[in-house]
Amino acid sequence: MEISLHALMNVMHGLLFGGFFLMVAWGGLMALVRSSYEEVPSRLTPGGYRWEHGYWTTAAALGWAAVLSGAYMVYPWYRATPPAGTTDLTTFAKAKLLSDPRTVYWHTIGMEWKEHVAFFAPIAITLVAYLVWRYRGDLRHFPQVRRAATVFATVALFATLVAGFFGAMLDKAAPMQGGRNITFFRSAK
Amino acid sequence: MITPIDAARPRLSNGPAAAAILSAAVGCFTIGLLQLAADISPAVNKALVFYKGSGALSGETTIAIVLWLALWFVLNRVWRLKTVKLGTINVVSMVLLVAGIALTFPPIVDAMK
Repeated sequence: MEISLHALMNVMHGLLFGGFFLMVAWGGLMALVRSSYEEVPSRLTPGGYRWEHGYWTTAAALGWAAVLSGAYMVYPWYRATPPAGTTDLTTFAKAKLLSDPRTVYWHTIGMEWKEHVAFFAPIAITLVAYLVWRYRGDLRHFPQVRRAATVFATVALFATLVAGFFGAMLDKAAPMQGGRNITFFRSAK
Repeated sequence: MITPIDAARPRLSNGPAAAAILSAAVGCFTIGLLQLAADISPAVNKALVFYKGSGALSGETTIAIVLWLALWFVLNRVWRLKTVKLGTINVVSMVLLVAGIALTFPPIVDAMK
C-alpha cells in the first residue's frame, strides 16, 4: 500500500480538512436555520456554550487548514513548471491539463475559480464563530445578526462545494503525483 | 431564568456584529477585486507574488486577510458600544459578497478584460 507524498498531502488538504469542514459547516448552518424557527428559544448551560464555541472554533480551524494547506503546499506542486523538453507531465498537473484541449477548462475555470473562492469559506466561518460566541444565547434578540450569520454560513458552504467539486474533478483529470513514495503496508510476496 | 453566565455579561449592542460582518464582506470582495486586477494587469500580477510557489494568489489573499482583520479591529473600536443601522450594513455586505463571488468566477473576469 503505497502513495506519493504529493498525493497524500492532497488527500489531507481535500478530504481531511476540506471534507470535515464541509460537514461541520453544514451542521452549523442547520443549527442556525433551526434556531430561527424555534417557538421557545433554547438556552444552553455554560458547558453547552463551551461546546458550541468549540464546535465553531473547530470549523474555523478546519477551514483555515484547508485553504492554507491548499494554497501553500498543494498548489505550488500543482502549478510547477516542467523543465524544457519534458514529455512526461504526470507530476505537473497544471501543464498536463493545459496540454490537452479536452481538459484545459478544468484549469482555466475550475482551478482558477476554486483557488480564490475557497478563501471566502474560512473568512465567513470565522465571522460566524465570532458572532455565535459574542452573542451566545442573546442571538435571538438580534435577528439581523442571526440572518447575517446564516447568509455567511451559506456562502462558506457554497465556496466549499465549489472548491470540493473542482478539487475532486481536477484530481480525476490530472491526479496529483510526485515526491517520495510512502509505504504503509508491504506485501510479503 | 437568568443563568450566572448571562449575569456576568455586559449589555450587548449590535456594533460588534456590524463591525465583524462589514469587515468580512470587504475582505471577501477584496479577493475578487485583486483577482480581477491581477488578471488585467501583468504588473499588478507580478507585484502580488508574495510567495513564488503560489504566484499572485499569495498576495491577493494575504492583502485581503490583512485588510479584513485591520478593518475589523478599527470598526470594532469605533462601534463596540454603539447601536448601528445593521439592516443597511447587512445589505451592503451582501452586495459585496455577491460581487466578490462574481469577480472570482473566471468567465466574468474574462468578460471584463
